Amino acid sequence: MDYSTFLQILDSTFRLATPLLLACLAGLFSERSGIFDIGLEGKMLMAAMCTGAVAAISGSVWIGVLAGIGGAMIFALIHGLASITFRGNQLISGVALNFVASGITVLVAQALFRQGGRTPPLSGDARFNPIELPFAEALSSVPIIGPLYAEVISGHTALVYIAILAVPVSWWVLYRSRFGLRLRAVGENPASVDTAGISVVRLRYSAVIITGLLCGLAGAYMSAGLQAGFGREMTAGRGYIALAALIFAKWRPWGALYATFLFGFLQALALRPDVIERVLHFSIPTPALDALPYILTVIVLAGFVGRAIPPRAGGEPYVKER
Amino acid sequence: MTRLPRWADLVLVPLISLLLAGIISALVILAIGESPSEALKTMVVGAVGSPYAWGYTLYYATSFMFTGLAVTVAFHASLFNIGGEGQAQLGGLGVALVCLALPWPHWTLALMAAMIGAALFGAAWAAVPAYLQAKRGSHIVITTIMFNYIGAALIIYLLVNVLRPAGQMDPATARFPEGAALPQFHDIPFIRNLYLRYDGSGVARLNAAGEPIYQQVPANVTLFIAVLACWLVWLLLWRTRTGYEIRAFGKSQQAAIYAGISPVRITMIAMLISGALAGLMSINNVMGESGRLLQNSAEGAGFIGIAVALMGRNHPVGVFLAAILFGFLYQGGAELGLLTGIPIELRTVVQGLVILFTGALDHMVRMILGLFFRPRRTVVT
Repeated sequence: MDYSTFLQILDSTFRLATPLLLACLAGLFSERSGIFDIGLEGKMLMAAMCTGAVAAISGSVWIGVLAGIGGAMIFALIHGLASITFRGNQLISGVALNFVASGITVLVAQALFRQGGRTPPLSGDARFNPIELPFAEALSSVPIIGPLYAEVISGHTALVYIAILAVPVSWWVLYRSRFGLRLRAVGENPASVDTAGISVVRLRYSAVIITGLLCGLAGAYMSAGLQAGFGREMTAGRGYIALAALIFAKWRPWGALYATFLFGFLQALALRPDVIERVLHFSIPTPALDALPYILTVIVLAGFVGRAIPPRAGGEPYVKER
Repeated sequence: MTRLPRWADLVLVPLISLLLAGIISALVILAIGESPSEALKTMVVGAVGSPYAWGYTLYYATSFMFTGLAVTVAFHASLFNIGGEGQAQLGGLGVALVCLALPWPHWTLALMAAMIGAALFGAAWAAVPAYLQAKRGSHIVITTIMFNYIGAALIIYLLVNVLRPAGQMDPATARFPEGAALPQFHDIPFIRNLYLRYDGSGVARLNAAGEPIYQQVPANVTLFIAVLACWLVWLLLWRTRTGYEIRAFGKSQQAAIYAGISPVRITMIAMLISGALAGLMSINNVMGESGRLLQNSAEGAGFIGIAVALMGRNHPVGVFLAAILFGFLYQGGAELGLLTGIPIELRTVVQGLVILFTGALDHMVRMILGLFFRPRRTVVT
């Protein structure tokens, strides 16, 4: 494989890892607070539809993003209502909301645009446009580093950079701020947080709202960055891959970055079967590459490569008074 | 919280949940500019209004009975098996391999062999998540989700690269031999009289050979096996030692271990039975309907099993009734997609809402109901 092909694959890795990273960080906040969320997929799908629809109508991608965050937020709050206020089963709530999202997005898109459940193709300001980083042009002649900077690091859409910036921000919030300390504590031992006079319910709702925000960005990137418009089931299991990445990352922000870029790299490779064949001299079937993130996650879950220990209070509703 | 009488908990909670799901769906239909009453009428006529409609509703219901029972058995051991979809697809692979292996002389022989294949392959696909849960403590919900995707990828690979006959374009196996075709309702004596075609003057229409012509429906003999499976699962859960152990383990793992019940054994048994039941679903769709293994053969029925089990309150009788309800919903939803401006995806929304209200917001539903019942005693939750 020559250097430029390698750069092309790295470039698509950035683009494919971004929605995974945003969704993975979304799941990180929720699960660290003790709320399991297998509804990342549904929230992303909802956000993708809202962004696609509103950006198409208004012609502005940023209004679309706001709508996407709003759509994901509604689903996040329903999940919060079911799992925090009514102490329901968090896993079942997540599954249910995924189905609702899968159906309602097509219903709304069809009612608005009558294009078989899609939103109209986005172009111009209704879509995210690439941002050229400074000196990309000037540095591209420098050997090795120049093309890497110009082709891989520069020239992505705003949400790609926001997603990568979200990693240190999440790390700082979770490990260096008072809110983060409390959030991690409420996921391990809510009773002790309660004893310290801090509201478990308020903390968990804030975590769920952050999840809605990040899922909103992930979905918005799907329909206005990676593709130009919403199509039915366009997230194609990315919410579950993000969930897998979260386990792979052992519920840590920097781990989330590495895991999602690994899975993004695998997705980028699956798009280029010719490259694999040239490098390895035999072909790997595309379904095997598609299944690889899931297989890797099962291996990690099985505890053969390190141990993935979820937050202790995850999945259990907190009962303040008996 | 007020404790509801038992009958209210068993009957009213699912019905109120269904009502709430129905109200929200009606609002959604209104919001997209269609008429909810017209929609309901279309669904009733299209799903239960004629023997032909029932032929489809019961076909779907058959699949949902199996997947609903699969979720139920796992639920009783407090295991949430979301992997029914993958287990059903792998079960379909078992059916296809059995049906294609021999030139079957009669469908009864083929059926028995295919049932073993379906159950074995379905159980095998549940075995790994079950083992990882039992021995390594890996969360079964996550592993079964992962196995759904791994299973789908495996089936695609096998259909495209291995099982597809030479010269065929679409990713599917060859057609099963004649002898492996299950009798559908229009092939079964007596039942088929419901499916006679009549001409304008009310006389049954005949073909050139002088035999009557029947309407073709997908419902087949698997329905009777599904009903039998409901009874067998009831027998297993409430009339056998293993069933008792499964339920005891599900109620309290600590107490069960203290009583000498092995958690590893019960987790494995419950999940293997669950996987086998999900796999058996493919008798209905792969062998009874399509006659070959297609991509994505389970078509979401594995997931609907979750809704069916929750709605049916984890009891085989409830599962039977809920499966027919969801069969109605599925067939009715398809009719909506064909005859009205409401997309077929409405049924996914209703399915999600039913799961949400019966499985996650059930405390809210109970709270609403509690307002109507005189408090008898307050219980410690």
